[in-house]
Amino acid sequence: MYKTYKDLPAEPVASQSTEDVMTGTWRTIRPVLNQDKCIRCYMCWKFCPDMSMTVEKEGDYPSVDLDHCKGCGICSNECPRGAIKMVREIL
Amino acid sequence: MIEMMNANHAAAHAARLARVDVAAVYPITPQTTISEKLADMVEKGEMDAKFMLMESEHSAMSALIGASYVGARTFTATSSQGLALMHEMLMWAVGARRPIVMPVTARAIGGPWNIWGEHQDVITERDTGWLQIFCENNQEVLDTVLMAYRVAEDPEVMLPIMVIEDGFILSHTVDNVDIPTQEQVDRFLPPFKPEYPVDVDRPMRHGGLMMPDWWTEFRYLIYQSQEVARGKLLEAEKAFEEIFGRSYGGMMEYYKCEDADAILVVAGSAAGTAKEVADRYREEGKKVGVARLRVFRPFPSEEVRRLGEMARTIGVFDRSYTFGDGGAMFNEVRSALQPMDSIIKDYVSGLGGRDVTVKYMEWIFDDLLRIAAEGKVDRTVEWVGLKDGTERW
Repeated sequence: MYKTYKDLPAEPVASQSTEDVMTGTWRTIRPVLNQDKCIRCYMCWKFCPDMSMTVEKEGDYPSVDLDHCKGCGICSNECPRGAIKMVREIL
Repeated sequence: MIEMMNANHAAAHAARLARVDVAAVYPITPQTTISEKLADMVEKGEMDAKFMLMESEHSAMSALIGASYVGARTFTATSSQGLALMHEMLMWAVGARRPIVMPVTARAIGGPWNIWGEHQDVITERDTGWLQIFCENNQEVLDTVLMAYRVAEDPEVMLPIMVIEDGFILSHTVDNVDIPTQEQVDRFLPPFKPEYPVDVDRPMRHGGLMMPDWWTEFRYLIYQSQEVARGKLLEAEKAFEEIFGRSYGGMMEYYKCEDADAILVVAGSAAGTAKEVADRYREEGKKVGVARLRVFRPFPSEEVRRLGEMARTIGVFDRSYTFGDGGAMFNEVRSALQPMDSIIKDYVSGLGGRDVTVKYMEWIFDDLLRIAAEGKVDRTVEWVGLKDGTERW
């Protein structure tokens, strides 16, 4: 990675994936899934605007990528079974 | 070949000769005839470019940023409210390091409506990171557009450039313009080869989120490129002179400044009037000089300090007013002269299309010579020509 401004490309370009940029740090509430209520309909996965609700393979329970989840709560709002609760982050 | 034309047509011919690939425009007085001439040349097949008529200046600049990313040489022109509407994308063009060249026909910004010339529109954009070059005549507009591409696209610069022509005074006034041949221009201006073009075989992110850990460093790179541009502008002008036989004095043109008692700093077409008056005054034995501020960004602080060594009394002609304490050019000159024992005064005039007459220039030089003799200024800012009930001008 870069050490000083002299190492930077002349233009602000990045060749690595956005997955390398940790943007989850400003979250104040996090989604917590209750698997007992989850019917694996993946509405949360469809609605997440940041691709932070991940499903490894069909049939799995969804899980949250906390390195990128901003805590917007859309998943919780869209869940038809109320299986996702937004819980305050404790620092 | 010498032809009679206004600065707007000269700018359009420069775009043709520079082999511009994409021109995205939105009409605004007094720039419109640049766009019209371009459309005409593209339609007639004299120019091989994509001509796009956009829905606003904001969109025009946005389109060029995109086009520049894939390696197109890009061109637009605007003025006044149009430049103001473009402001957000002016900043973006700098941050994205796109070498866009844009003539601006400098004009007042409303309200109330005023379509005529002054420098307020371009002065308002001085902090964006664009390089700003003021032209004195139509030939200089054509030549400066060509030089601007060479500097802007230099891998060490990669910043956009405004080529400033005074609205109506240059944009709509016909003068002799020597149009270079395509062969000459091709020798001067190599094709644009961006280092990081948008390319499906080399995927990368452009303009993505920049976190606080590197933002400062990228802003610093812009600062550094503006500094490097000083030397690049001089180099480009030297190479230009070798091929075309014309040059314009680099960052700041000194006209009869040696041994002067008083010097007036002027940008744009009013410098011509100032030189005319300086010639007459010199014949009468009055030692005045003119320093034409050609490049405003980056600001020629070194050149101004050299001026301070030539004369103690220095006037600055501001064709705009930056509300605060004195005009923008005045404040920059004053700041550059800070270490010196100079006497400096601001002359605000020529606003909203009011002519800068020989009479005004004579009044300014008389005032400066009086200040030089007395060794002190009476007031910092003078609005020359102001209808204040006196018969001074």
